[in-house]
Amino acid sequence: MRSEKALAYLLLAPSVLFLAAIFFWPLAEAFTIAFTDAGGRPSLANFREMMDDLNFAPAVRNTLLLVAVVVPLQLALALGLAVLLANIQRGRDGYLYIWTIPLGISDLAAGILWLAILSERGYINSILHALGIVDGPTLWLSYETPLALFLSVVVAELWRATAIVLVILVAGMQLIPREYYEAAEIFGAGPWQRFLKVTLPCLRASIQTALILRTILAFEVFAVVIALGGRDMPVLAGEAFAWQYDYQDPGIASAYAVLILAVSMLATWGYLRVLRVREETLL
Amino acid sequence: MTGRWWRAQAAAAVVALVAGIGTARGDILFMSTQLRPIEEAQKMREVILRDFPEEVEFVPEDGGPFINRIKAEGETGAVTVGVLGGLHGDFPPVLEHLDSLDDVLAKLEADRDFIATFVKLGKLGTDHQVYIPWMQATYIMAASRKALDYLPAGADLNRLTYDQLKAWAKAITEATGERKLGFPAGPKGLMHRFLQGYLYPSFTGGVVRTFRSDAAAAMWAEFRDLWQYVNPRSTSYDFMQEPLLAGEVWIAFDHTARLMNALKEKPDEFVAFAAPAGPRGRGFMPVVAGLAIPKGTPDREASVRLIDHLTRPATQVITLREVGFYPVVAVELGEELPAGVRLAAAAIDAQAGATDALPSLLPVGLGAKGGAFNKVYRDTFQRIVIRGEDIEEALARQAEKLAAIMRETGAPCWAPDAPSEGPCPVE
Repeated sequence: MRSEKALAYLLLAPSVLFLAAIFFWPLAEAFTIAFTDAGGRPSLANFREMMDDLNFAPAVRNTLLLVAVVVPLQLALALGLAVLLANIQRGRDGYLYIWTIPLGISDLAAGILWLAILSERGYINSILHALGIVDGPTLWLSYETPLALFLSVVVAELWRATAIVLVILVAGMQLIPREYYEAAEIFGAGPWQRFLKVTLPCLRASIQTALILRTILAFEVFAVVIALGGRDMPVLAGEAFAWQYDYQDPGIASAYAVLILAVSMLATWGYLRVLRVREETLL
Repeated sequence: MTGRWWRAQAAAAVVALVAGIGTARGDILFMSTQLRPIEEAQKMREVILRDFPEEVEFVPEDGGPFINRIKAEGETGAVTVGVLGGLHGDFPPVLEHLDSLDDVLAKLEADRDFIATFVKLGKLGTDHQVYIPWMQATYIMAASRKALDYLPAGADLNRLTYDQLKAWAKAITEATGERKLGFPAGPKGLMHRFLQGYLYPSFTGGVVRTFRSDAAAAMWAEFRDLWQYVNPRSTSYDFMQEPLLAGEVWIAFDHTARLMNALKEKPDEFVAFAAPAGPRGRGFMPVVAGLAIPKGTPDREASVRLIDHLTRPATQVITLREVGFYPVVAVELGEELPAGVRLAAAAIDAQAGATDALPSLLPVGLGAKGGAFNKVYRDTFQRIVIRGEDIEEALARQAEKLAAIMRETGAPCWAPDAPSEGPCPVE
């Protein structure tokens, strides 16, 4: 018995060591750097300087707005797609594979792809020009057109990252017993009612997982924004990168990292509270 | 038995090591912070030094170790280095260990013409020649030939003023409906060098001291006005050769190396020319490298012969061809060089040789704060030009940050700011 217990710890040890080496240690390091000044004394100077920077307010605003717009849209889209998939009889796997292609593309590649579509010499401009709708190259991705730039990022993010939500929801839907739907039908529930009363409640755990995952990733949004907007649309992760590599100030870069971690944890806690899943409802 | 064997081996190794140093003693040790990438170092050893009859050991070294070695050798008196190659900013920290080269300059000037601006920089503000100019790179302007039709009447490309640049860009916008002037203000672009080395010196005669002067406020108002003719994609341009080649931009400012593809690929479609001048002169930022000799070097005559070789017009042309650094002496650039390289060389020559030339140096003495220093200038640009903030307020805010960086690093003023006792003040 004792040796069995020891074996369990032994088997766990590699992953614990791995996590400690590549997760907890850098995390502790980042906290230390963020909360000390140049002389190594405990200090909030990095955070003061971070908040005093001209890009801080726009970065916070843009990141929060992106999360607020992109995540609900992705959830709605993925729910719609998942329900559609559930009702497809033939070629269901084919559709699923096609819809999840963006998952296999790196986010920077996705950003560059959308840049090729949306830039002033990109595909959309060429098509609009050929149709005579615009006279010449029209600029959407610039500091002069912040709304268009924001919407471009939203579209690219929807294309790129809805699939991960979809995969989680499809997996969740497969676990809902057919009998629930049959029972609902017998009681005269229409399609909409079945969706609201059966599908949604049963998907609660999956939705929670998908939301947590997507929201955390959305707070870290970086490559797509850099590709489409450069520094014209500051976001938190982009600022962290710039402070580390362009301005060579690890203190403020770490302060940004700590901030991203804090908002991510806050959001996760919020989801866990709001979408609390009771043990007995887990199928 | 084995112990004795090991001792014998160790002794043999020591003998071999000493012998190795012995044979190297005849060579000239040439330590340089430039041409560090392995390909460039090989070009130096195998091509640039090929026709030099003596043995040279070329040792590329990072800035920190470079300074440490000069100091260590100078302080212990065991000097081994023959010639030092570095950027202008590499030399001030080791000034006391460098020999006067007045005699060398006099000898070399007998048969070659150095660019006077660089000879003066090579004195590092002293009465003596501290380094002999070696090679240079810089930032220039390039334009599509299509833009030349709109050049204001009477304007000379190599003698443009900022007023004329604005009139030119305005004429193009009015004729084509597009904004065709471009700057490298993208994340990896070198916009801060334009602000530090071109705009500020041209309008205020300084970089740090004059940061929030009245002249600076007037300059920003002027530049914001010019920006209405600048392609708004500029905030994502990193290398101006790309928008030039794509035709998005007709007139551009950038580092020579970042314009080179456009000039090399289509030398018939582009022109290169000097940066414009403002009220205080033609501010420009030469990235000048020089050659110095440490005091107490083992064979000063040999060191002088090496410097002589490296600054010969023929060697300077080879240096340009092989590693892309431009000459600092008058040279004939023949057909063996690509047309684009010759275009850029002519523009560099016109810029450095202009009567109103006002050289502005790369920041000196900022160490790890170089990035923060650049950010001050880029943020000021961002606030005033892109976000349209109040000029006085933005300058006041950014001046505080600049002053903090100067205090923290203790960096004294560099040209064109007047020299300072202690950290360079923001006046």
